[in-house]
Amino acid sequence: MIKEFKLPDLGEGLTESEIVSWHVAVGDTVVLNQVIAEVETAKAVVELPSPYDGVIARLHEEPGTVVQVGETIVSFDVVDDSAVVERSRNPEPGPNPEVKRVPTLVGYGADPEKTGRPVRRRRIGAPAPAVVERSAAEPKPGSAATGPAAPSPQVETTVAAPGAAVERPRSTPPVRKLARDLGIDLTTVAGSGAGGLIVREDVLAAKAGAAPVSAAVPAAAEAATAAPGPAAAAQVPAPPSSSFAGRPREERADIKGVRKHTAAAMVASAFTAPHVTEFLTVDVTASMELLERLRARRDFAGLKLTPLTLVAKALCLAAARQPSVNSRWDEANGQIITMNYVNLGIAAATPRGLLVPNIKDAHALDLRQLAAALGELAETARAGKTTPAALGGGTISITNIGVFGIDAGTPILNPGEAAIVAMGAVRRQPWEHNGEVALRQVMTLSLSFDHRLVDGEQGSRFLADIGAVLADPALVLAMV
Amino acid sequence: MGHGEAGTAGQGQDMLQLITDKGVRVSHPELDPYIADVTDEELVKLYEDMVVVRRIDTEATALQRQGELALWPPLLGQEASQIGSARALRPDDFVFSSYRENGVAYCRGVDLTDLIRVWRGNASSGWDPYEINMATPQIIIGAQTLHATGYALGIQQDGADSAAVAYFGDGATSEGDVNEAMVFAASFQVPVIFFCQNNHWAISEPVGLQSHIPLAGRAAGFGIPSMRVDGNDVLAVLAATRWALERARSGGGPSFIEAVTYRMGPHTTADDPTRYRDANELEDWRAKDPIARVAALLEASGALTPAMEEQIAAAADGVAKDLRAGCLGLVDPEPEAVFAHVYATPNSWLERQQEHYSRYLAGFSADTTEGSN
Repeated sequence: MIKEFKLPDLGEGLTESEIVSWHVAVGDTVVLNQVIAEVETAKAVVELPSPYDGVIARLHEEPGTVVQVGETIVSFDVVDDSAVVERSRNPEPGPNPEVKRVPTLVGYGADPEKTGRPVRRRRIGAPAPAVVERSAAEPKPGSAATGPAAPSPQVETTVAAPGAAVERPRSTPPVRKLARDLGIDLTTVAGSGAGGLIVREDVLAAKAGAAPVSAAVPAAAEAATAAPGPAAAAQVPAPPSSSFAGRPREERADIKGVRKHTAAAMVASAFTAPHVTEFLTVDVTASMELLERLRARRDFAGLKLTPLTLVAKALCLAAARQPSVNSRWDEANGQIITMNYVNLGIAAATPRGLLVPNIKDAHALDLRQLAAALGELAETARAGKTTPAALGGGTISITNIGVFGIDAGTPILNPGEAAIVAMGAVRRQPWEHNGEVALRQVMTLSLSFDHRLVDGEQGSRFLADIGAVLADPALVLAMV
Repeated sequence: MGHGEAGTAGQGQDMLQLITDKGVRVSHPELDPYIADVTDEELVKLYEDMVVVRRIDTEATALQRQGELALWPPLLGQEASQIGSARALRPDDFVFSSYRENGVAYCRGVDLTDLIRVWRGNASSGWDPYEINMATPQIIIGAQTLHATGYALGIQQDGADSAAVAYFGDGATSEGDVNEAMVFAASFQVPVIFFCQNNHWAISEPVGLQSHIPLAGRAAGFGIPSMRVDGNDVLAVLAATRWALERARSGGGPSFIEAVTYRMGPHTTADDPTRYRDANELEDWRAKDPIARVAALLEASGALTPAMEEQIAAAADGVAKDLRAGCLGLVDPEPEAVFAHVYATPNSWLERQQEHYSRYLAGFSADTTEGSN
């Protein structure tokens, strides 16, 4: 028989979680407590253990989907039902299990509607909010205004409909329960009690003459949907592209997951470590030629060799000469920890957002191993499979903004680290070469360092060392 | 070393050990006498306890992820601290614990279903404290140290030779309650043991931020003798607890034990420790696992065979199965049940409240209009 598994509240009072990945596929046989999925809540990424022995009959949600607590996410075909201890819930099921639960008590659990975030009641005196409609979550196929359900599910569309949204009408919990049971929308009912309070009789009266009253609601909703002007009414709505056209005027997305984490980390870093940024523009023609020669060698076959490979190697060499850039401020113990190894962080844009996984003991790797490690790190990050272990324990980082065609920036330190190097794009520019102006390949390096740990002299020497190696790779012979 | 009388013991107080990380038995003159009677067979039993408790913990964590428990505070990594101390106690000793001492509760003989009742949100409290001489878990950080001290004062007044044990964590030592309890316990020289599991993290706060000296060193300031032991070493914990119990039973007054251990899992199932602690730290502590080292020691001496290990693992699986069945079999309480165990004697104020509540609930039934407006 089929058993459904509904998303539980995995934290304390959470309303939703995102399916990060499924570890099983339809048809797979699973055992009790076998990990079947990874989900991310506002608090943590956690593994979901299977509640049954059985076969996966259906996966209801795709990875990347934000699911409300209580929604079915997976169905199992369970063989031996008698062996499973059935949970004894209260015997009385709702009148219609398909109907979503609407809280009748204030503060009684989370509103299960797809608002995308917990609902906060309006403060007294605050302006009424505009109607917020999730255009992507419940697409109306027939509506010209809807178009392809392209926007991501967590994006809300704000539709201006002044006066449409009002505070919930005043009523008591039993009356709200009655209204729900009868299918009466209380916003359509006029209250005859004290101060406009809706009483039981009002609901019963509304039920008696229900049809015309409740019909007003969908009509109003349709009108609101059709409202947002000529752009939306156009026959061919523009897909989300390079133009503003066809997009809602404003879009809101919840601050959560990696975005939230990134923000907190950046704020913590920027306002804890006094940052200094220095720039150095280097003629890297010799490095580019070196890369060409290495690519032609058989022992480097199959490896991705890029300017990043050389910058990473140069950084490891330079860090050994200026250990303060590879140190850590231990506020709790009032100590400075100098690491005599390099766990090299590489800022990576991943499906989950910005992550800085690091290569452990990068200083001990030769150029081939380093190139391989960089390739693997990038691939893992792109696949969204970066492990917490790879994210922890970094000592210094590189961010490659050159891949976006950018020259220089003032990078913010990965929290806890003393230095970060931003690589700019390699450009052909007129440059002084052997006393003449020539077209050379030039790159700007930006170094930010924590001035608590690193003085200007050490930071400058570190950056100069990296630059020197890139300008003339043969100088490595003089450094090691 | 070890004792805090001199007032100098705080800084650099040694952590005493009898089984190393690698499972090598080392001797210690202070601890050895207290465990001289522990045979290999008894050590196997301690091993089995730890394996079972870890299995209970894993199953409860899974039940939470499956929506069957609202919350669970895992004890992964702290098995030796809990088993070693709880197995030193007599039935007539009384335990006052925090919410993480599920291993201690297991040793006291708690019914498995009672253990998880509260975490399912099914009852306000899991068991009758006097049946197993262990109070139900205290959620308020450190408050149980006061309860334990008060109970110990009662033991003293009765002239009995039992002891009260307060279990708390490193974070609790920063609480006023714990400090008040230690002042009071020292003043009256009551038979109480302050058993501190230093698991290094008060949720996301590292112990180094809470104390610049080993926690055992704090006891000296109250005039309470203390001992700092490897909390992942079940024998060392057993010895230290016996030392403290001997003091308590012989009128020696309060003792403080710091069991240095590590919370390998999250604070609770609603926590994500990767957000605040280094993954390398977890790796370091995994190498100090309390169960693996005892297994290594017993395997080396031949006291633990692969067949026995399998048997113990199967027994643990059986306990986990019982736990799951008990959890899923719990019947949701009626709404009025919330009034049932508030007062031991009738209370008119509460009865009035209950009557109002019953009328309110009746308002939901369709055949009455009472309470509708």
